[in-house]
Amino acid sequence: MTRKQRRFTLIGCGLAVLAVAVALMLNAFRDSIVFFNSPSDVAEKHVEPGTRIRLGGLVKDGSLVRGNDLSIRFDVTDGKTEIPVAYRGVLPDLFREGQGVVAEGALDGGGVFNADTILAKHDETYMPKEVADALKKSGHWKDDYAQRAAMPVGGSK
Amino acid sequence: MIPELGHFALMLALGLALIQGTMPIVGTRTSDPVLMSIAAPAAIAQFVFVAMAFIALAVCYVTSDFSVLNVYENSNSQMPLIYRLTSIWGNHEGSMMLWIAILAFFGALVAAFGNNLPVVLKANALAVQAWIAAAFQLFILATSNPFVRIPDAPFEGRDLTPVLQDPGLAFHPPMLYLGYVGFSIAFSFAIAALIEGRIDAAWARWVRPWALLAWMCLTLGIAGGSYWAYYELGWGGFWFWDPVENASLMPWLAGTALLHSAVVMEKRGALKVWTILLAILTFSLSLIGTFLVRSGVLTSVHAFATDPTRGIFILGILIVFIGGALSLYAWRAPLLKQGGLFAPISREGALVFNNLFLTTACATVFVGTLYPLALEALTGDKISVGPPFFNATFGPLFIPLMAVMPFGPLMGWKRGDLVGAAQRLLAAMVLAGLAVVAASAIERGGPVLAPFGVGIAVFVMAGAVTDIAERTLVLRVPFRTALRRALGLPRSAWGTAFAHFGMGVTLLGIIGVTAWGSERIAEIKPGDHLDIAHYRFTFDGMFNRDGPNYHDAVGRFTVHRMNGELIGNMEPSRRTFPSRNMAITQAALMSRGVSQLYLSLGDPNKDGTVPVRLYFKPQVLMIWLGAAFMFVGGALSLSDRRLRIGAPRPAKAKPNPTLQAAE
Repeated sequence: MTRKQRRFTLIGCGLAVLAVAVALMLNAFRDSIVFFNSPSDVAEKHVEPGTRIRLGGLVKDGSLVRGNDLSIRFDVTDGKTEIPVAYRGVLPDLFREGQGVVAEGALDGGGVFNADTILAKHDETYMPKEVADALKKSGHWKDDYAQRAAMPVGGSK
Repeated sequence: MIPELGHFALMLALGLALIQGTMPIVGTRTSDPVLMSIAAPAAIAQFVFVAMAFIALAVCYVTSDFSVLNVYENSNSQMPLIYRLTSIWGNHEGSMMLWIAILAFFGALVAAFGNNLPVVLKANALAVQAWIAAAFQLFILATSNPFVRIPDAPFEGRDLTPVLQDPGLAFHPPMLYLGYVGFSIAFSFAIAALIEGRIDAAWARWVRPWALLAWMCLTLGIAGGSYWAYYELGWGGFWFWDPVENASLMPWLAGTALLHSAVVMEKRGALKVWTILLAILTFSLSLIGTFLVRSGVLTSVHAFATDPTRGIFILGILIVFIGGALSLYAWRAPLLKQGGLFAPISREGALVFNNLFLTTACATVFVGTLYPLALEALTGDKISVGPPFFNATFGPLFIPLMAVMPFGPLMGWKRGDLVGAAQRLLAAMVLAGLAVVAASAIERGGPVLAPFGVGIAVFVMAGAVTDIAERTLVLRVPFRTALRRALGLPRSAWGTAFAHFGMGVTLLGIIGVTAWGSERIAEIKPGDHLDIAHYRFTFDGMFNRDGPNYHDAVGRFTVHRMNGELIGNMEPSRRTFPSRNMAITQAALMSRGVSQLYLSLGDPNKDGTVPVRLYFKPQVLMIWLGAAFMFVGGALSLSDRRLRIGAPRPAKAKPNPTLQAAE
């Protein structure tokens, strides 16, 4: 085998594997991407029931209701719009009323967001970036958050 | 006084790094041996000063000097000594100090032990190493100074984030950084070779031990982080495809490819240009990882809010180093000479296959990790790319790699014998087939493809054993002869077999726990019991226990087998830290062979019931056991005589006495 042939074989194999990888990625991008929305986004964009999204905002004070068998309901707000969220399971350690939260799931026909995942965060002063941006956009960002967020907390796991 | 000394030492280190980064290069350009010889002592001195700065910070932490802002924010005098020490790197500033300390340490190692290196290569490599050091030292001094004082020193510190008050913090970040930063040596050597425009097989032999050491540390660092997240976060996941995890996986994939292509370069002189590129890419991915973690551009469990100037500064470092290195590569790589020829079916071919799949898999992780950033910058849409994406792309690329892995070591160099290799792997294939049948028969439920995954994992393990069996001729020659042959094998052969075997073990663990793990979530009160797999958990009640700086609300559970045999107690807890007024879950784990029972508590309800999560994690320990095998494999390979002794040097021409006499 000459050098030229070897190079052709190598490049050919490389391109073939790369093509497979690109096909896999495009396919996966079609099925497994989840958009982040604030409650106002959900109201404005008319997100279809059944579409998987991430919903982020603050847990509204006084909205948390614990039902039977680990079922939980609370409202997520960005100051303008509120969306009721239903979840069944154990809440993450840092879940609090008045704190930022990101829930993943889908809306049902009645406007309730059925979450299957509530994202845990490492630190009580940490505000998820998307939530912070969404709050800033809706004008409900308080300097208090910014101040707390500016403190270097968290770690280097 | 001590923080100021540390600050000053850091500035001196920066000064030394600037000297180390310029003088030797001038020396190599003007062939001035004096300037070139500055590199090694400068690297050692630079390390001494960085170490002084690091020790100064450590002293502040140990003595709880809360007049230092960084100590005040991340430490507390009530914390045990070990956590006061580890909290040095449990925050942004301190972890950057650890980063440069390790960088300077590696530079000093090359300076101290690189006596067999060609003078020009050593001078250039140490100079490149100094540029990296200078950039990050400047970064710390300009944006992340850990020695800033508070005018009125508070009496007590704010405490370390509770999740980080764990032995995992003592182990995981330093190992990970040893890995990340260790690849800087391969990078510096690659740039030095490009500057010089000359590279030969010996280059691979000099670089390989450093890359191997970095790879070993990175392997343990990733595995340690994975185990930490598994027991700490309370829901028993071992890998989240979190951007920051991906940031550590990418250099690992590229670094694994680098180790393999460097073998081809060393033995056969081929793939030089590619190996250089991999050396650059591996460290570039480490830098990108640092950027992702330190800049806060991505939301992740590791993210902490940081000020944007830091992100921009690191982005600048990233662009200069990666952009500069790749430009230099594009300009100089064509000068490098091509190496030996080989047939597609050969050891070289197998290693190329390995490289192709590893780098492609790395590329999919790269795209999945950075796509959300790119999309947000372009359209403003915020998306998350989660596990489904990576499972659908990374998995299909990794499986063929695993399936081909056992063939590689059985192939000859230049031209291999595929049929012969397959024949020698017959026993391994039969074993894998039996494993598929056994897995389908024993385990019910779970994904249809899982038994085949088990088959591949068993094939990989059996393949590694076959490799050693073939080399020692065990079962074919008398046992004593085989033993002698085994002892006589090069350690690198044992290293390969161990590392490959470990990969199989890890794969088996991942498949076992994802396919056949089970989970129960319930609210229970004392006296209730819960069943999972073939175990019964009885809840005895809650009691309180105090630690040095926390209170535990402990749930006590008695575990029986279904046949009534008592196994033991498990005590998961809710741990409250008064200094931060927050509670975290401390899961309880019980190992049953390589499987584990995993129990964590939620927040107790007012009516006395407690939400619990109970998991049965079959074969989960194999995931990390496999990483330990890989580490041992790396260590064996590192201790190989060939790498210890280094490349042969041409004998120095001795002055000829007879000629002198004739003069």
